[in-house]
Amino acid sequence: MTASDAGSLSRREWLLSDRPASRLQARLGRAYVAWRRFSANRLALVGMLIIIALLVVAAFADVLAPYSPTVGDLKNARLLPPGAAHWFGTDDLGRDIYSRIVYGARWTLYVVVLVAVIAAPIGLLVGTVAGYAGGWTDAILMRITDIFLAFPKLVLALAFVAALGPGIENAVLAIAITSWPPYARIARAETLTVRNSDYIKAVQLMGASPFRIVLRHIMPLCISSLIIRVTLDMAGIILTAAGLGFLGLGAQPPLPEWGAMIASGRRFILDQWWVAAAPGAAILIVSLGFNLLGDGLRDALDPRSGDQ
Amino acid sequence: MTAAIAIDGLEVVFDRFRALKGVNLEVREGESYGLVGESGSGKSTLLRAITGLAPVASGAITVNGKALGKTRDKAFYRDVQMVFQDPYGSLHPRQTVDRLLQEPLAIHGISDGEKRIERALDEVGLGKGFRFRYAHQLSGGQRQRVAIARALILEPSILLLDEPTSALDASVQAEVLNLLEEVRRRRKLTFLMVSHDLAIITHMCERLMVMQDGEAVETLTASQLIGHRVSEDYTRNLLRASEGFVRV
Repeated sequence: MTASDAGSLSRREWLLSDRPASRLQARLGRAYVAWRRFSANRLALVGMLIIIALLVVAAFADVLAPYSPTVGDLKNARLLPPGAAHWFGTDDLGRDIYSRIVYGARWTLYVVVLVAVIAAPIGLLVGTVAGYAGGWTDAILMRITDIFLAFPKLVLALAFVAALGPGIENAVLAIAITSWPPYARIARAETLTVRNSDYIKAVQLMGASPFRIVLRHIMPLCISSLIIRVTLDMAGIILTAAGLGFLGLGAQPPLPEWGAMIASGRRFILDQWWVAAAPGAAILIVSLGFNLLGDGLRDALDPRSGDQ
Repeated sequence: MTAAIAIDGLEVVFDRFRALKGVNLEVREGESYGLVGESGSGKSTLLRAITGLAPVASGAITVNGKALGKTRDKAFYRDVQMVFQDPYGSLHPRQTVDRLLQEPLAIHGISDGEKRIERALDEVGLGKGFRFRYAHQLSGGQRQRVAIARALILEPSILLLDEPTSALDASVQAEVLNLLEEVRRRRKLTFLMVSHDLAIITHMCERLMVMQDGEAVETLTASQLIGHRVSEDYTRNLLRASEGFVRV
């Protein structure tokens, strides 16, 4: 195919070409196929929109929030119901709940991203190494994983936070420590299915080191199922963080963290329902968004479906 | 002339199952040697034992005059490469042809990669248009050509072929076999080829060994096999079976 030919083709045909002419085209074509499969799912798009909205809100919190999230008007604005001045009402310290939720998006994102960044690579590494090495390495790594899995997640996280001291950083750490074992299990299962395949044998026969095989040939095959699982777990992570916040072990006042906001609203839940309802609804919507996104990603990325 | 591959009393044991029971074999340099036998006779295991993929219990393997130990070093893999039976399983599903061919070069730190990849693709009859395709965008024959290119890119002197055409249909089989013949002549390669198809073995190989139940039955030349000058009953049965159905 000549350059002028390529120019006359539509962008779509270029992406779907059976004979890509460059590394970039091959990669983009692949991404495009995954995107088409993803975008065919309406609910997944809704989920993605929710997550994009969360990102935008977190990024532009300074612009979007009309009031300070931490300093309230104790004199005039305590526990006001939702209205024109305060869209979601105010809490017991006279702070605007809408502003607090907008700033709280940052903390939610902070928790979710940090947990994913810490837990997913640990799980991936432990799982692929255990699966590929087999024998004693496998037994030891998987028994450690089993020990972590044997405790309920929230209880173990509680124990860690109690030991490390309350605070949002320690909550993140505790959640990360308790959420890697399922990822290790998935990565190991995935590794076991490919480790004896001919294409891995072929790389062994080129003299590749085990390190290289795990890193460059096995991990890429595990990543899509891991991304799916992490996305589906995001909702759980948000809820655990909120749970820790609710118990007073996560974010400390006056941080506008959604779980802590529900905890403080609990006292007036019958008379001033909006104080707890607004952050609750925010948690609900964002969790739903991550779940829908994860479902869509499963359809788009799962290697077991389609010819990928 | 020295032996390219010499095997002496090779035993392979998988969990108490003796897959190879003291096999001896000598393949001369530049020769094309065939291994025939029914499924489970140990022919593929023999290849895998040479490459280090099957556990050797006892016996000695010598390649190009060097005795092999428990592990194989990088230099070994530059001398000996293997083409697998199933082209649908031997190419990484997430890598382009380009990536597949680059990997051996990266492992061995070979610098003129661009040139070698282009040459390897040309050599197996795949043009530039195939370079950035994924395995699922290739047909069975094209995949096997990629697998052959990958085996050749390190410029080995010995190629182990594990039923390289049995997963392909008849017309494609002939193309791939001709390609292998041509490559062997040009590069003066030594072939050790496994097949259950006697026609392919007689076409490709000068000498062959018949195997059954992990043991060598007999060693023949291709002309002996064609002339049915065999001494063992088992080989005679194999020959009869390979003639296929006879209409009564």
